[in-house]
Amino acid sequence: MYSPLLVQPMRDELVSIGFQELRTAEDVEAFMADKSGSALLMVNSVCGCAAGQARPGVRAALEADVKPDRLATVFAGQDVEAAAKARSYFADIPPSSPSIALFNQGELVYFLPRHRIENRSADEVAADLTQAFARDLAAPVS
Amino acid sequence: MGTFHQGRSELHGITVVVETVGGDLYVGRCDDEDDRTVILLDADMHRHSDEVSREDYLERAARFGVWNRLPRVELARPDVTSIRRLGEFEASGAG
Repeated sequence: MYSPLLVQPMRDELVSIGFQELRTAEDVEAFMADKSGSALLMVNSVCGCAAGQARPGVRAALEADVKPDRLATVFAGQDVEAAAKARSYFADIPPSSPSIALFNQGELVYFLPRHRIENRSADEVAADLTQAFARDLAAPVS
Repeated sequence: MGTFHQGRSELHGITVVVETVGGDLYVGRCDDEDDRTVILLDADMHRHSDEVSREDYLERAARFGVWNRLPRVELARPDVTSIRRLGEFEASGAG
Protein backbone atom coordinates (compact mmCIF):
# COMPACT_ATOMS: atom_id res chain seq x y z
CA MET A 1 0.00 0.00 0.00
CA TYR A 2 1.26 3.45 -0.87
CA SER A 3 2.10 5.95 1.83
CA PRO A 4 -0.84 8.13 2.90
CA LEU A 5 1.42 11.12 2.31
CA LEU A 6 1.83 10.14 -1.33
CA VAL A 7 -1.86 9.49 -1.81
CA GLN A 8 -3.24 12.58 -0.08
CA PRO A 9 -2.73 14.96 -3.04
CA MET A 10 -4.57 12.45 -5.25
CA ARG A 11 -7.49 12.54 -2.83
CA ASP A 12 -7.35 16.32 -2.50
CA GLU A 13 -7.49 16.79 -6.26
CA LEU A 14 -11.05 15.44 -6.31
CA VAL A 15 -12.18 16.87 -2.99
CA SER A 16 -11.12 20.33 -4.20
CA ILE A 17 -13.63 20.13 -7.07
CA GLY A 18 -16.54 19.05 -4.93
CA PHE A 19 -16.19 15.30 -4.48
CA GLN A 20 -17.22 13.72 -1.21
CA GLU A 21 -14.66 11.19 -0.09
CA LEU A 22 -16.17 7.87 0.98
CA ARG A 23 -13.68 6.19 3.30
CA THR A 24 -15.79 3.35 4.70
CA ALA A 25 -18.42 0.92 3.48
CA GLU A 26 -20.93 2.80 5.63
CA ASP A 27 -20.04 6.04 3.86
CA VAL A 28 -20.75 4.37 0.52
CA GLU A 29 -24.04 2.91 1.70
CA ALA A 30 -25.17 6.30 2.95
CA PHE A 31 -24.23 8.00 -0.32
CA MET A 32 -25.90 5.38 -2.48
CA ALA A 33 -29.03 5.26 -0.32
CA ASP A 34 -30.01 8.65 -1.70
CA LYS A 35 -31.47 7.76 -5.08
CA SER A 36 -32.76 11.21 -5.90
CA GLY A 37 -31.23 12.99 -8.86
CA SER A 38 -27.93 11.90 -10.34
CA ALA A 39 -24.60 10.89 -8.90
CA LEU A 40 -21.10 10.27 -10.17
CA LEU A 41 -18.92 7.81 -8.29
CA MET A 42 -15.26 7.73 -9.21
CA VAL A 43 -12.93 4.91 -8.22
CA ASN A 44 -9.68 6.81 -7.77
CA SER A 45 -6.27 5.17 -7.95
CA VAL A 46 -2.55 5.85 -7.69
CA CYS A 47 -1.82 4.91 -11.28
CA GLY A 48 -0.53 7.31 -13.87
CA CYS A 49 -3.69 7.31 -15.94
CA ALA A 50 -5.67 8.49 -12.93
CA ALA A 51 -3.30 11.44 -12.61
CA GLY A 52 -2.91 12.21 -16.29
CA GLN A 53 -6.30 11.43 -17.73
CA ALA A 54 -9.02 10.48 -15.27
CA ARG A 55 -8.90 13.23 -12.67
CA PRO A 56 -8.21 16.06 -15.16
CA GLY A 57 -10.87 14.60 -17.47
CA VAL A 58 -13.46 14.59 -14.72
CA ARG A 59 -12.53 18.11 -13.70
CA ALA A 60 -13.05 19.33 -17.27
CA ALA A 61 -16.29 17.40 -17.73
CA LEU A 62 -17.78 18.98 -14.63
CA GLU A 63 -17.60 22.37 -16.32
CA ALA A 64 -20.42 21.26 -18.65
CA ASP A 65 -23.93 22.64 -18.31
CA VAL A 66 -25.39 19.21 -17.60
CA LYS A 67 -23.57 17.40 -14.82
CA PRO A 68 -24.33 15.07 -11.92
CA ASP A 69 -26.02 16.42 -8.82
CA ARG A 70 -23.71 14.64 -6.40
CA LEU A 71 -20.06 13.59 -6.63
CA ALA A 72 -18.27 10.97 -4.58
CA THR A 73 -15.06 9.00 -4.71
CA VAL A 74 -13.52 5.90 -3.21
CA PHE A 75 -9.82 5.10 -3.37
CA ALA A 76 -8.94 1.64 -4.69
CA GLY A 77 -6.13 -0.09 -2.84
CA GLN A 78 -6.35 2.40 0.02
CA ASP A 79 -9.88 2.37 1.38
CA VAL A 80 -10.42 -1.27 0.56
CA GLU A 81 -13.80 -1.83 2.17
CA ALA A 82 -15.22 1.35 0.71
CA ALA A 83 -14.00 0.43 -2.78
CA ALA A 84 -15.46 -3.07 -2.48
CA LYS A 85 -18.80 -1.67 -1.33
CA ALA A 86 -18.81 0.85 -4.18
CA ARG A 87 -18.15 -1.92 -6.69
CA SER A 88 -21.06 -3.89 -5.30
CA TYR A 89 -23.33 -1.30 -6.94
CA PHE A 90 -22.02 -2.36 -10.34
CA ALA A 91 -21.15 -5.93 -9.46
CA ASP A 92 -21.55 -7.38 -12.94
CA ILE A 93 -18.80 -5.14 -14.30
CA PRO A 94 -15.21 -6.30 -13.80
CA PRO A 95 -13.38 -4.12 -11.27
CA SER A 96 -10.88 -1.62 -12.61
CA SER A 97 -9.35 1.58 -11.38
CA PRO A 98 -9.55 4.33 -12.16
CA SER A 99 -13.12 3.98 -13.30
CA ILE A 100 -16.19 6.15 -13.25
CA ALA A 101 -19.81 5.18 -12.67
CA LEU A 102 -22.75 7.45 -13.39
CA PHE A 103 -26.10 6.90 -11.70
CA ASN A 104 -29.46 8.50 -12.39
CA GLN A 105 -32.13 8.01 -9.74
CA GLY A 106 -30.07 5.21 -8.28
CA GLU A 107 -29.70 3.33 -11.55
CA LEU A 108 -26.34 2.81 -13.22
CA VAL A 109 -26.59 4.54 -16.60
CA TYR A 110 -22.97 4.79 -17.72
CA PHE A 111 -19.63 3.26 -16.83
CA LEU A 112 -16.17 4.25 -17.95
CA PRO A 113 -13.64 1.49 -17.21
CA ARG A 114 -9.91 1.93 -16.88
CA HIS A 115 -9.05 0.68 -20.34
CA ARG A 116 -11.12 3.47 -21.88
CA ILE A 117 -9.16 5.99 -19.83
CA GLU A 118 -5.59 4.75 -20.03
CA ASN A 119 -5.24 5.07 -23.81
CA ARG A 120 -6.69 8.50 -24.12
CA SER A 121 -6.16 12.13 -23.31
CA ALA A 122 -7.88 13.99 -20.48
CA ASP A 123 -9.82 15.92 -23.13
CA GLU A 124 -11.10 12.68 -24.66
CA VAL A 125 -12.15 11.37 -21.24
CA ALA A 126 -13.89 14.66 -20.59
CA ALA A 127 -15.68 14.44 -23.93
CA ASP A 128 -16.94 10.93 -23.15
CA LEU A 129 -18.23 12.05 -19.77
CA THR A 130 -19.81 15.22 -21.12
CA GLN A 131 -21.66 13.18 -23.74
CA ALA A 132 -22.81 10.73 -21.09
CA PHE A 133 -24.05 13.56 -18.87
CA ALA A 134 -26.04 15.08 -21.73
CA ARG A 135 -27.42 11.75 -22.91
CA ASP A 136 -28.09 9.95 -19.66
CA LEU A 137 -28.93 12.70 -17.20
CA ALA A 138 -31.12 14.95 -19.31
CA ALA A 139 -33.98 12.46 -19.64
CA PRO A 140 -35.75 10.69 -16.80
CA VAL A 141 -34.89 7.02 -16.29
CA SER A 142 -37.47 4.86 -18.06
CA MET B 1 0.41 13.47 -9.35
CA GLY B 2 0.78 9.82 -10.24
CA THR B 3 3.16 6.91 -9.98
CA PHE B 4 5.86 6.02 -12.46
CA HIS B 5 7.35 2.79 -13.73
CA GLN B 6 10.68 3.24 -15.39
CA GLY B 7 12.41 0.63 -17.51
CA ARG B 8 9.26 -1.12 -18.64
CA SER B 9 7.89 -1.46 -22.12
CA GLU B 10 5.69 1.16 -23.73
CA LEU B 11 2.65 -1.00 -23.05
CA HIS B 12 3.35 -1.35 -19.32
CA GLY B 13 0.12 -0.77 -17.42
CA ILE B 14 -2.03 -0.77 -20.54
CA THR B 15 -4.87 -3.25 -21.02
CA VAL B 16 -4.14 -5.23 -24.16
CA VAL B 17 -5.59 -7.98 -26.32
CA VAL B 18 -3.04 -10.65 -27.17
CA GLU B 19 -3.80 -13.05 -29.98
CA THR B 20 -1.93 -16.34 -30.10
CA VAL B 21 -1.01 -18.80 -32.82
CA GLY B 22 -3.82 -21.19 -31.92
CA GLY B 23 -6.46 -18.46 -32.01
CA ASP B 24 -6.81 -18.12 -28.25
CA LEU B 25 -7.07 -14.56 -26.94
CA TYR B 26 -5.77 -13.11 -23.73
CA VAL B 27 -6.93 -9.77 -22.35
CA GLY B 28 -5.04 -8.27 -19.45
CA ARG B 29 -2.85 -5.49 -18.18
CA CYS B 30 0.54 -5.64 -19.83
CA ASP B 31 3.30 -5.81 -17.25
CA ASP B 32 6.12 -6.07 -19.75
CA GLU B 33 6.90 -7.36 -23.21
CA ASP B 34 10.04 -7.88 -25.23
CA ASP B 35 11.24 -10.16 -28.01
CA ARG B 36 11.02 -13.24 -25.77
CA THR B 37 7.91 -12.91 -23.63
CA VAL B 38 4.71 -11.02 -23.04
CA ILE B 39 3.64 -10.80 -19.40
CA LEU B 40 0.06 -9.96 -18.51
CA LEU B 41 -1.46 -9.32 -15.09
CA ASP B 42 -5.11 -9.56 -14.02
CA ALA B 43 -5.98 -11.29 -17.27
CA ASP B 44 -8.74 -13.33 -18.81
CA MET B 45 -8.67 -15.76 -21.69
CA HIS B 46 -10.96 -16.67 -24.56
CA ARG B 47 -10.34 -20.04 -26.14
CA HIS B 48 -10.90 -20.57 -29.82
CA SER B 49 -13.34 -23.34 -28.87
CA ASP B 50 -15.38 -21.34 -26.31
CA GLU B 51 -19.14 -21.21 -26.71
CA VAL B 52 -19.15 -17.42 -26.60
CA SER B 53 -17.89 -16.14 -29.92
CA ARG B 54 -14.66 -14.23 -30.13
CA GLU B 55 -16.55 -11.19 -31.43
CA ASP B 56 -19.03 -11.22 -28.56
CA TYR B 57 -16.24 -11.74 -26.03
CA LEU B 58 -14.28 -8.82 -27.42
CA GLU B 59 -17.32 -6.59 -27.61
CA ARG B 60 -18.06 -7.20 -23.96
CA ALA B 61 -14.40 -6.77 -23.01
CA ALA B 62 -14.18 -3.50 -24.95
CA ARG B 63 -17.25 -2.23 -23.18
CA PHE B 64 -16.56 -3.21 -19.59
CA GLY B 65 -13.16 -4.89 -19.29
CA VAL B 66 -12.45 -8.44 -18.14
CA TRP B 67 -12.52 -10.37 -14.91
CA ASN B 68 -9.23 -11.22 -13.28
CA ARG B 69 -9.23 -14.98 -13.77
CA LEU B 70 -5.52 -15.29 -14.47
CA PRO B 71 -3.45 -13.18 -12.07
CA ARG B 72 -0.29 -13.61 -14.16
CA VAL B 73 0.20 -14.94 -17.68
CA GLU B 74 3.57 -15.33 -19.37
CA LEU B 75 3.39 -15.99 -23.09
CA ALA B 76 6.31 -16.96 -25.30
CA ARG B 77 6.70 -14.27 -27.93
CA PRO B 78 6.80 -16.75 -30.86
CA ASP B 79 3.29 -17.87 -29.84
CA VAL B 80 1.97 -14.30 -30.03
CA THR B 81 0.61 -13.09 -33.35
CA SER B 82 -0.58 -9.65 -32.28
CA ILE B 83 -0.85 -7.26 -29.35
CA ARG B 84 -3.39 -4.46 -29.49
CA ARG B 85 -4.69 -2.06 -26.90
CA LEU B 86 -8.17 -3.02 -25.71
CA GLY B 87 -9.11 0.64 -25.96
CA GLU B 88 -8.70 0.41 -29.74
CA PHE B 89 -11.59 -2.02 -29.96
CA GLU B 90 -14.96 -0.48 -30.53
CA ALA B 91 -17.39 -0.74 -27.64
CA SER B 92 -20.96 -0.52 -28.88
CA GLY B 93 -21.99 2.02 -26.29
CA ALA B 94 -19.81 2.40 -23.26
CA GLY B 95 -22.71 2.69 -20.88
